[in-house]
Amino acid sequence: MGNEEAVFFSRILTELTLSFHIIYATIGVGIPLMIMIAQWVGIKKQDEHYILLARRWTRGFVITVAVGVVTGTAIGLQLSLLWPNFMVLAGNVIALPLFMETFAFFFEAIFLGIYLYTWDRFENQRKHLLLLIPVAVGASFSAVFITIVNAFMNAPQGFDLAGGQLVNVSPIVAMFNPAMPTKVAHVLVTAYMTSAFVLAAVGAFRILKGSNHPYHKKALFLTMKIGLIFSITSAVIGDFSGKYLAKYQPEKLAAAEWHFETEEGAPLILYGVLENGEVKYALKIPFALSILAHSAPNAEVIGLDQFPEDEVPPLYIHYLFDVMVTIGMWMTLLSLVYLVGTWKKWRFTASRWFHWLIVLGGPLSVLAIEAGWWLDEVGRQPWILRGIMRTKEAATTSGQVDLMLLLFAGLYLILGIGSIVVLMRMFRKNTVEQELSDRAAERSGEVL
Amino acid sequence: MNLEIIGITVLGMFLFGYIIIASIDFGAGFFNAYSTVRGKQHILTKIIQRYLSPVWEVTNVFLVFFFVGMVGFFPKTAYYYGTVLLVPASIAIILLAIRGSYYAFTTYGGLKHKRYVVLYGLSGLLIPASLSIVLTISEGGFVTIEDSGPVLDYWVLFTSPLSWSIVVLSLTAVLYISAVFLTWYAHQAKDEAATNLMRKYALIWAAPAIIAAAGIIIELRIHNPEHYQRLIDLWWLFALSVAFFIGTVYFVWKRHSYWLAFWLLIGQFSLAFLAYGISHYPYLLYPYLSIYDSFTNETMAAALIIAFIAGLGLLLPSLYLLLKLFLFNKEYVQGKRNDHV
Repeated sequence: MGNEEAVFFSRILTELTLSFHIIYATIGVGIPLMIMIAQWVGIKKQDEHYILLARRWTRGFVITVAVGVVTGTAIGLQLSLLWPNFMVLAGNVIALPLFMETFAFFFEAIFLGIYLYTWDRFENQRKHLLLLIPVAVGASFSAVFITIVNAFMNAPQGFDLAGGQLVNVSPIVAMFNPAMPTKVAHVLVTAYMTSAFVLAAVGAFRILKGSNHPYHKKALFLTMKIGLIFSITSAVIGDFSGKYLAKYQPEKLAAAEWHFETEEGAPLILYGVLENGEVKYALKIPFALSILAHSAPNAEVIGLDQFPEDEVPPLYIHYLFDVMVTIGMWMTLLSLVYLVGTWKKWRFTASRWFHWLIVLGGPLSVLAIEAGWWLDEVGRQPWILRGIMRTKEAATTSGQVDLMLLLFAGLYLILGIGSIVVLMRMFRKNTVEQELSDRAAERSGEVL
Repeated sequence: MNLEIIGITVLGMFLFGYIIIASIDFGAGFFNAYSTVRGKQHILTKIIQRYLSPVWEVTNVFLVFFFVGMVGFFPKTAYYYGTVLLVPASIAIILLAIRGSYYAFTTYGGLKHKRYVVLYGLSGLLIPASLSIVLTISEGGFVTIEDSGPVLDYWVLFTSPLSWSIVVLSLTAVLYISAVFLTWYAHQAKDEAATNLMRKYALIWAAPAIIAAAGIIIELRIHNPEHYQRLIDLWWLFALSVAFFIGTVYFVWKRHSYWLAFWLLIGQFSLAFLAYGISHYPYLLYPYLSIYDSFTNETMAAALIIAFIAGLGLLLPSLYLLLKLFLFNKEYVQGKRNDHV
């Protein structure tokens, strides 16, 4: 296998692993917060439904965590196995957050084990809730540290290259790179948002399947409320991300927006297709790109004409941008309408088709996460470390990457199907109604 | 003591932690599968499940710690080992992934089929075997540096008596460590049938484990005389280790102080591990890579060590809490509490 093939297959394998892992990772970051909110509301209102909600979410969460842990181990090792040259450099400069991530993960793993096996062990439920805080904090900090490494790949700093040698390394400067604030915030908030909408989809689905129990309505209302809050936050942070890109990675912004010529008062292009270098059927919002990039309608936005051809990212990332932004806006609108409608008792927000839209919102949110990560990773090409190391220079020289790709594809297939089957069985066998009456019986037994 | 030594000591601690905890885990899975096949699962399954349930996730973290720390302290290992380990490490990841997720699927998701139990048990033997290849490779003689980069010679690796001896050691050690620990654990749970069975396994696997370990020292004499000589210079550490081994076997045999038997076993393995580590010094990959020429810059090393100390400050109390609530909690160990979500 020539090196070109090794590069190609390494990229495919990394993309596959990341795309699979990110589903479980996103849910893994977001769900602990949702469990925490539900359990807290349950304790506050002394409402058994919310407590059970937390309990059932936790059970499902364990399954997704297991897959997240093992695929996370896979991507952690694959970084060294597939991109050894990159990891030599990264190890020297950005190893600190990687190292700290394992601590955050360790912390989370220990307390998750404790939390799982101490339901009903404490007289005071608040004590049990306290055990969940390290789980949620650990999960979110794992995301923070890993995203810092990704931010570094986009905006490397904290070292100098002198004749091929790394000098003046400063791990802290490398961590607090310009890409870090917006990227970390965006990843965290969208993880919460996606988790909320995935859980909302589950609730809406149960209602559609004929369950009239208030449990599901409470679950749906709670998750849609959380979803709305975080989708609005995501939009605000998205705006900051645009400003970051304009300043530090203008080629990524320009490629995502199909902004070819440097100009003042640049319009924002949404949708459309590219035919022979011409943009067709697009929605052009005048001055919007200048506002997104610099908060001023007449500001100059750097176009792709400023970059050599071999440093321009693939232009199809525009479609990824469209998908991400459209779903984000759609989910904001959907949750807003649902909440207002429920409050005002509108007919149509209680209708079946509206619930189907909420069900669809779950997979759509996950798709938005995928599109966002593809946009991030493909939009950085041809660099693995922007401006420093090209992706093709970083890859392994091993000739067996294609075989490993097949093996891992098989693994992810098994894990994907396995986790879905297990989750469905888990909740179908043990319905909410059943469990509520079981618990009521258990309690009255204790009183007697 | 220089930064390089501190770095490799930190990593050595994680590796040793992983070896012990993972051995208990892998061995437990195997014994569970074996007793299921023999129709004796009623004796062991409960005890093993009760131990494994709250800690399964923690095991994996030790491994992640080790390799992330390795790349952090010794970035050049990513280039050498990353390139040559693509196939063996990928296979190990896939086995670990299947094992880890199926543990959760069966324990929490109710996929309780005999087939999975058996697969789970066997994967626990294949993983140490595939991971042990890394130790074999580090002895040198299997990797050559070509123009394209380091290349692993699989033929030499798979026909070498040394690599098979290391595989045998990893398997026997896994079963031995696990059996001794579970004897103690079952005894704590006041489960006499399980204690007796595990005690029997512990005694069965004691001799093969020590013979396999001795065999490797002899293999090294031919394979890497330099390393062999350094091992022999540390004979007193090995002698002490063997004394601890005899102590473990004695107490298990006498059905006395199982806790002491287990701690003597920890002593035995940590001394042997220490002696092996010292004699391996300074090489990470003989003769291409030493801890000195692969070490990271000083700023990063200092930052990692500070992060490590701060992290331990956070982890040790948490680990203590975990052990206190489950491993050393009589009510939990004896199955009087469940409280599962």
